[in-house]
Amino acid sequence: MRSLWSALEPLLDQVQRPARYIGGEEGARPAAHAPEKVAWLLCYPDSYEVGLPNQGLQILYEILNERPDAVAERAYAPWGDLEVLMRQEDLPLFSVDNHLGAGEFDVLAFNLSSELVYTNVLNLIDLAGVAVRAADRSGDDLLVGAGGHCAFNPEPLADFVDFFVLGDGEEVVGEITEVIAARRSEGRHAVLEALAGVEGVYVPAAYEVTYSGLSAGVTRRWPGVPETVEKRTISSLGDWPYPKRQLVPLTEVVHDRLNVEVFRGCTRGCRFCQAGMITRPVRERPAEQVRTMISEGLRRTGYDEVALTSLSTADFSGIDELVADTVGPADDDAGGAGCPAVTVSLPSLRVDAFTVGLAAELQRARRTGLTFAPEAGSWRLRQVINKLISTDDLDAAVEGAFSQGWRRVKLYFLVGLPTETDEDVLGIATLARRCVELGRRHVRGASVTVSVGGFVPKPQTPFQWFGQNTVAELQRKVALLADDLRGDRGVRLKWHDPEATLVEGLASRGDRRLGVVIEDVWRSGGTFQEWSEHFDYGLWLAAMERQGLSVEDYAYRHRRDTETLPWDHLSAGLHKDFLWQDWQDALAESGLEDCRWTPCYDCGACTGYGIEHVVASAVPPAGGSQGTGQNLLQPEPVPVQLLDRRPLAGVS
Amino acid sequence: MRVRIRWSKQGKIRFCGHRDAARIWERAVRRAELPMAYSQGFTPRPRISFGLALATGQESVAEYLDVDLRATPEELYDWAACMPERLSAVLPDGMAVTDACPLRPGAASLQEAVTSCAWEFALAESDVTSAADWTERVRSADSLPLQRERKGRITTSDVRTAVGDLHILDASAGSVLVAELGTKPRAVRPAEFLRLIAPPLAAGRVRRLHQWIMRDGARYEPLAPEAGVLAPAGDSLAAASIDAVPAAQQEVCA
Repeated sequence: MRSLWSALEPLLDQVQRPARYIGGEEGARPAAHAPEKVAWLLCYPDSYEVGLPNQGLQILYEILNERPDAVAERAYAPWGDLEVLMRQEDLPLFSVDNHLGAGEFDVLAFNLSSELVYTNVLNLIDLAGVAVRAADRSGDDLLVGAGGHCAFNPEPLADFVDFFVLGDGEEVVGEITEVIAARRSEGRHAVLEALAGVEGVYVPAAYEVTYSGLSAGVTRRWPGVPETVEKRTISSLGDWPYPKRQLVPLTEVVHDRLNVEVFRGCTRGCRFCQAGMITRPVRERPAEQVRTMISEGLRRTGYDEVALTSLSTADFSGIDELVADTVGPADDDAGGAGCPAVTVSLPSLRVDAFTVGLAAELQRARRTGLTFAPEAGSWRLRQVINKLISTDDLDAAVEGAFSQGWRRVKLYFLVGLPTETDEDVLGIATLARRCVELGRRHVRGASVTVSVGGFVPKPQTPFQWFGQNTVAELQRKVALLADDLRGDRGVRLKWHDPEATLVEGLASRGDRRLGVVIEDVWRSGGTFQEWSEHFDYGLWLAAMERQGLSVEDYAYRHRRDTETLPWDHLSAGLHKDFLWQDWQDALAESGLEDCRWTPCYDCGACTGYGIEHVVASAVPPAGGSQGTGQNLLQPEPVPVQLLDRRPLAGVS
Repeated sequence: MRVRIRWSKQGKIRFCGHRDAARIWERAVRRAELPMAYSQGFTPRPRISFGLALATGQESVAEYLDVDLRATPEELYDWAACMPERLSAVLPDGMAVTDACPLRPGAASLQEAVTSCAWEFALAESDVTSAADWTERVRSADSLPLQRERKGRITTSDVRTAVGDLHILDASAGSVLVAELGTKPRAVRPAEFLRLIAPPLAAGRVRRLHQWIMRDGARYEPLAPEAGVLAPAGDSLAAASIDAVPAAQQEVCA
């Protein structure tokens, strides 16, 4: 094992923000390397500032380093200035822990949280010193793996990645480690063949894809591999109190605070939301474990802010008490040392579960930004997308925030949703103005930031058949909105680049043929495409044309129910006929209730895997319509299964 | 009540900038459970006053900062005595507290008080002869004009009086040039020093060795009694017994 530090150090005097390459974070403790261990290089395919806080990567880093048969280090995409120097000096991708070259590892594993990082993945495989195409790698070359949300349609990366992992990684990383350790003496093919037999692992080389027109046919090339690869799901979050030692960076990163995941999965059933579909069922972390992770985490890290993360944190059973306890006693001499109150941030808030009481607790410490996501400007369209929050819900939430001293709230919307009309788009402006009006009753200078994203239909959701709006159409809708809001001093409008939305859409529902486009863009220098200053729409259009693929076919056309979708052999547990029915219900403007608080409608995520929701309370949190469209201000218990509490895994 | 701390920053952590170091310090004082005083207002912060900034990539064995504690003057000595061990334990590798002393109320801030810094510049073996020549030329120059840019305006000033003692030393890790550079009215930075005479001197790693307070012809370090540091324990102020030390601190100090 040779550290590359001495070769790297002189380069760091010449680059921007060198601290992102030095490692040394509090909590960074890779295990010792040994020949018999399987060595993982966990890589986030974007800059350190974006990648370091990623909780998935940190969880696997700890779990692997706790195992006697594994060691894990971390790598991030070097920024362009350092990459140029590394290529000049012939330095490979390196770990930030011990500054080892990628070649010292057995597995290079990527976290895929956005399609726009795909060209970075290719660049990093190349920097790691192995062939970019999986078929060109052999012998002891790194095994390239990938997981994360994009793995639910990994086909655009199928030619470059040896194996994908679908679903929760906590258990399966151990099984993969064991397979590699046991089979590596038999060669690369034997390892991959064995990996293809691990539940939740997809080895693309084991499947042949043929295309006829727009439809794809998938056949198994290797004997014994499953016809459909099913995702992995951990049945209880309480068994996995990770990260136990969250990394504390030495330089500024995004989300620079303690993060505690309070539950995984969401059954609100928003039809546009891939995360909500692929992570079912709901698994709450036991409240006492959450409290321990917060108190231990704050003490260990020195942070004064904690984010309670999930897909909809206000839905956590007992959220009011949890926030009140975390902020600390009302006395501002909390702790006796004059420490100010702990700031709690709730990154994703359902407006129908956000109460004045919660706002009052949050504001006792520093007020962080409040973002609500009504997603659509009219009740009709919210029924289409199944975001069943009423105007009353939104009024109550916004009023709650302004009455507790917030001066600005952020509202998040999508445009380009199925069945959307100009009236729906203009409804966003009406809603924003209404919020400003409500705010001015409480604070002078109340304002609202409206953030508009273009909708990208995602695989494994009811909208997977929907033809995405064209770039021109999205631009027209944004202009319509901007025009309507011109002169409104209380409303600030921000929007996502429709061209980037299109590229995301191409990759989101792409098939294996898109691989050459990604490779083409990468070879033309298109990396860091998530960054607006680096995003290059022209490169993508040119590559599509060179490869003879049509934007219309990949993004804009509506899919038919008879069509085999590129990800049909990969399953998030959801029955395809459930998704189709939900799509038809959407078109009929019919909502579907949250199954956490109502009887099961058999989407497949629980029944197929023999698992259930794990919730501490069968009663929806106070107030609002809670996705039912009904007034639940006096909530009644509804029938859900409460799992027996097992003894908790400890937090050390 | 205020305590002045001397600390070092060496090795990989030299690539953390001044702002990064400030954030590291904020978390460190919380983790060390010091009875910090907090700023008032919308976003209370522990009250830490940093001295002269150190540029990203430079090392130092002579960084200073002042922290405000909520403690009586009697308790202050015990807290200060405890700090090197307690803070070093929670600071990242390469950062350590080497001394800490209570400060007299009203003592001048570091920014006001420090008048010069001694710097060490690592020289490549092949450059030692030309460095000696370069050093001699700086030493014998009558004037040392320095062109600097600030807010888009280029100004030239003679920094002859700001360049003090210069000498080349053979250190264990090779030859080094040691230079004392003034900070008033405006600090001569190491990078500026290296280009005072063309061609610029090529130097590797830069390390701050000392910060000095020059007063009445004598030179003091910021932890000297003359800089406002209270007399060491043993006098009447420090008569407080160990019983006065908060319980959490006794564990560490024991």
